[in-house]
Amino acid sequence: MVEIRGELREKGKSKLQTSLMAATGVKVYGPPLSTAVSRVLGCLLEKDVQFQLIPINLAKGEHKKPDFLKLQPFGQVPAFEDEGLSLFESRAICRYICEKYANGGNKGLYGTDFLSKASIEQWLEAEGQNFNPPSSALVFQLAFAPRMKLKQDEGVIKQNEEKLAKVLDVYEKRLGESRYLAGDEFSLVDLSHLPNAHYLVSATNRGEMFTARTNVGRWWGEISSRDSWKKVVEMQKSPPGA
Amino acid sequence: MATIKVHGNALSTAAQRVMACLHEKGLPFELVLVDMRAGEHKREPFLSLNPFGQVPAFEDGDLKLFESRAVTQYIAHAYADKGNQLICLDPKKMATVSVWMEVESHHFDSAAAMLTWELAIKPLIGMATEATVVEENKVKLAKVLDVYEARLAQSKYIGGDNFTLADLHHLPSVQYLMTTQVKELFDTRPRVSAWCSEILARPAWLKVCALRGNQ
Repeated sequence: MVEIRGELREKGKSKLQTSLMAATGVKVYGPPLSTAVSRVLGCLLEKDVQFQLIPINLAKGEHKKPDFLKLQPFGQVPAFEDEGLSLFESRAICRYICEKYANGGNKGLYGTDFLSKASIEQWLEAEGQNFNPPSSALVFQLAFAPRMKLKQDEGVIKQNEEKLAKVLDVYEKRLGESRYLAGDEFSLVDLSHLPNAHYLVSATNRGEMFTARTNVGRWWGEISSRDSWKKVVEMQKSPPGA
Repeated sequence: MATIKVHGNALSTAAQRVMACLHEKGLPFELVLVDMRAGEHKREPFLSLNPFGQVPAFEDGDLKLFESRAVTQYIAHAYADKGNQLICLDPKKMATVSVWMEVESHHFDSAAAMLTWELAIKPLIGMATEATVVEENKVKLAKVLDVYEARLAQSKYIGGDNFTLADLHHLPSVQYLMTTQVKELFDTRPRVSAWCSEILARPAWLKVCALRGNQ
């Protein structure tokens, strides 16, 4: 065993390999800056579940290495482990956390009864199918591409702005009838929107798409000021490798 | 008068997904036709059922839902004791099914739906196929199917040892793609090919195909 950056590790083993060998407890693999990783972190914090965050260095291609691919065969973050169960896909991980830790933290996050759960599933699918694609494309083009010194594609930006605008029009109507998307309580649905919306509002000049719509703006203000999300944003600001 | 209604049509992959689920559970339902060519889905009263203006919309008594994968999950849970089991009661096994449902939804479907649209639907409605879109999405789909080939070496069905919603959700696109040049991507991967043959042969799926006027 040697000490590497304050941790005891077997010589020649990466942080990832060491973690894989370590004992139980909830583990999330990936950088907090990743929208999908932050979705899982938000959920864990809402449910008051203790976890260990294992950094994965995307710039160094750690997510494409064999050890990581065993956890996530598409080579994407996050990966997740709990009591020997290995999962991926942020929304599947969130559903698992909500079911397993149903009695912790925000008990109503995944619905309190059959009907509220059906509504949550409906809007979670809507988020995944309708909100996520255009908002992800815009987050990449407008927030990440400049930082990574990649060329922006104006055509892609315009196309996805139009798509996102249509989705937000639907949300504007819905949020005039309902405090949160799936119903009158904050749920996994609203949480699922936070990662992409956060970048659009804070890291691009398209925040108006949210704030200029009355009901969407009101909703955004409420969900983004939740303590759990504020903690995620703090984690995103932490120095790399922490 | 059926309690369960599916608003859509027999050609829509998303509507087929819901109907396959209903047949697996042996539940009677009414298919209420939505005239998409006339833009019925973009107007009231349809928008009250699905504000995104997409098919299908679903009713079960007073309950109204949209998003096919939310509808199938509702059906599978609400009618867990009827027909074929489509979910796992064990939470860890269900979490794994949930993973592969997300994989279908985010990795498989994006490429498969584009290819289905370009190669299977556009010709039916007299629109021209875009070759670059086809090539791009074939490359994407091939990568997903490589992951599936490896997965099916460890697991009999995509979500685990039993047929579940994770497999069912693939049926509509796979059926269409098997009638196109994309069939080759499936045929050249033995485990994927065997899995497809098996799930496409399920009686519940054959009933959905019959509605389309397919063999």
